[in-house]
Amino acid sequence: MIKLRGICRNFQVGDQIVTALNHVDLEIQHGEYISIMGPSGSGKSTLLNILGLLDRPTEGTYWLNKKDVSQLEERALAEQRQKNIGFIFQFFHLIPRLSARENVELPMLLAGKSANARRERSRDVLKSMGLDDRLNHRPDQLSGGERQRVAIGRAIVMEPAVLLADEPTGNLDSKSGDEVIQVIEQLNQEGISLIVVTHDPEIGKRADRHLTLHDGEVHHDTKKRL
Amino acid sequence: MQPGLIPCLRWPHAKMLIRDILRFTTQSVVSNRMRSSLTALSIGIGVTTVVLLTSIGEGVNQYIVEQFTQFGTTVLAVQPGKANTLGISAGVLNSVRPLSLQDAIALKRAPYVQYSVPVVSGIAPVENGGRQRTVNVIAVGPDFNLAFKFELATGSFLAEDELDRPRAVAVLGSTLRQELFSSEAPIGKRIRVGGERYRIVGVMKPKGEMLGIDLDDSVYIPAARGLELFNREGLHEIDVVYQDGAPTAEVIAGVTRIMMARHGGEDFTITSQQQMLDALGSIIGVLTFAVAALGGISLLVGGVGIFTIMTIAVRERTHEIGLLRAIGAPRYRITQLFLGEAMVLAGLGGAGGLLLAITIVVITTWIVPNFPAQIPLLYASLSEITAVTIGVAAGLMPARRAASLVPLEALRAG
Repeated sequence: MIKLRGICRNFQVGDQIVTALNHVDLEIQHGEYISIMGPSGSGKSTLLNILGLLDRPTEGTYWLNKKDVSQLEERALAEQRQKNIGFIFQFFHLIPRLSARENVELPMLLAGKSANARRERSRDVLKSMGLDDRLNHRPDQLSGGERQRVAIGRAIVMEPAVLLADEPTGNLDSKSGDEVIQVIEQLNQEGISLIVVTHDPEIGKRADRHLTLHDGEVHHDTKKRL
Repeated sequence: MQPGLIPCLRWPHAKMLIRDILRFTTQSVVSNRMRSSLTALSIGIGVTTVVLLTSIGEGVNQYIVEQFTQFGTTVLAVQPGKANTLGISAGVLNSVRPLSLQDAIALKRAPYVQYSVPVVSGIAPVENGGRQRTVNVIAVGPDFNLAFKFELATGSFLAEDELDRPRAVAVLGSTLRQELFSSEAPIGKRIRVGGERYRIVGVMKPKGEMLGIDLDDSVYIPAARGLELFNREGLHEIDVVYQDGAPTAEVIAGVTRIMMARHGGEDFTITSQQQMLDALGSIIGVLTFAVAALGGISLLVGGVGIFTIMTIAVRERTHEIGLLRAIGAPRYRITQLFLGEAMVLAGLGGAGGLLLAITIVVITTWIVPNFPAQIPLLYASLSEITAVTIGVAAGLMPARRAASLVPLEALRAG
């Protein structure tokens, strides 16, 4: 489903060019559960951003569902993100003035879905997150775990193929963190590809496949050679 | 990359429903109630200023038109001296023959002319026994009441009489009658006007005022007497009233011909009612525009307010922008949402300002019924459109800045 070949990403910092990713090759199949680990500055966030089409590689090719997306123009990228990618962030990034339901509906709103379709879908999604009684609560009325579950709801509301989680438990206590991990693992069971970037080896270990980055290169990949 | 077009014009590509865009932007405006209302207020005050100032301009305009047309529109005024382009009467420099009573009589023969009324006016004391009052003395020809449709309460108006030495008769305005005679019947009584004795032949019905001159606190005497009283060689003017529907240009030509023949040159000025209205109208128009422009400055200040607030909003909501991009909003959508917010702010402020202006005008005219204020629809809608345009202009830069943020940096920021 995802295929990266020779992906490089360079950043210009002052006069210097810093290489965040250095010729990364990677293949990810439908429904995989992958953790990406590595020290700070190893390029794992950059990789996640490129996978999530938030950033474009300086060099190399990225095929998403057999389509070359590495050189798509901005609007086409936005459309790909909308359809295929779900994001979860460490700091949830819920919009404070909107209710849980409106936050979940946001991607559908941007995609121009009708109010009725949005209403129905957001209720179902929040219900599956165990938040039926929180539909109209605003983020500041929710606990951290609940907020992250709303954010997960928002990530999957468009039924994307890939769920990208950037330190999803980084801002949660261990109990809420466990709950959140269980929720996204459940989603993975149901078929979504799950890619988790984390510092936490406990969480990293739970994935089926572990990817370790070091200095912008894939240092270790537990993928079984077929 | 984004070409230089204003992105929100590319609506056809946009999939997000316009209603949802409106709702989203309104929600963010409403969520910051205090700040939004203050910003909207700055635009609102601008709109209120423009609408109020232009309302007064429009009101004054209508007031003047009413004042001038209350005695009919088919009136020409013939005045001594030729107004040149500098607006100074040439009479100052050249010899000008004064307008005579004979001129007034002669003008009755001009085509289409119904009445020709000589007018001299001034202020003089009027006495009845012990009661004295200083009032307007309007010395006119005997057709005056017919020409300008003044009605008499009792008695008759000044009679046709010997041109140069008419009898000393007077007609009282209603206020003056009340002041001098209270409940007594004035007809046949004698009064003194400027020291000379006059016999009262009639009393006018109340007429109101014209450009601040109280026509009811006046006394009407024969024109020749007025010339004597004020020690003048010639009349102030001759008012020529012509038939409804007569071609004004032809009437003017006829009057000019007669006057030229009598004076041997063009040493007089003819002003038609229409010219007078046009001239006043253009002066007031310029003034109204000037005050509207002044009000426009406060709109501009409001624009600066919106610019500031939108710049702050973009900074505060950097995460939100990053998020929206991450979940599938293209750049132009961000521009659209923030521009929309600036527009909603300005539009609400403008509408509020309009409402405030209307309220002020309504209350003022309710308290002071004669207050000349009319809300001009043109300026009202123009100022609302200007407000929204200023909103767009002020929001453009912050909105584009928002759209140019790199999503992941926006998500990571502060």
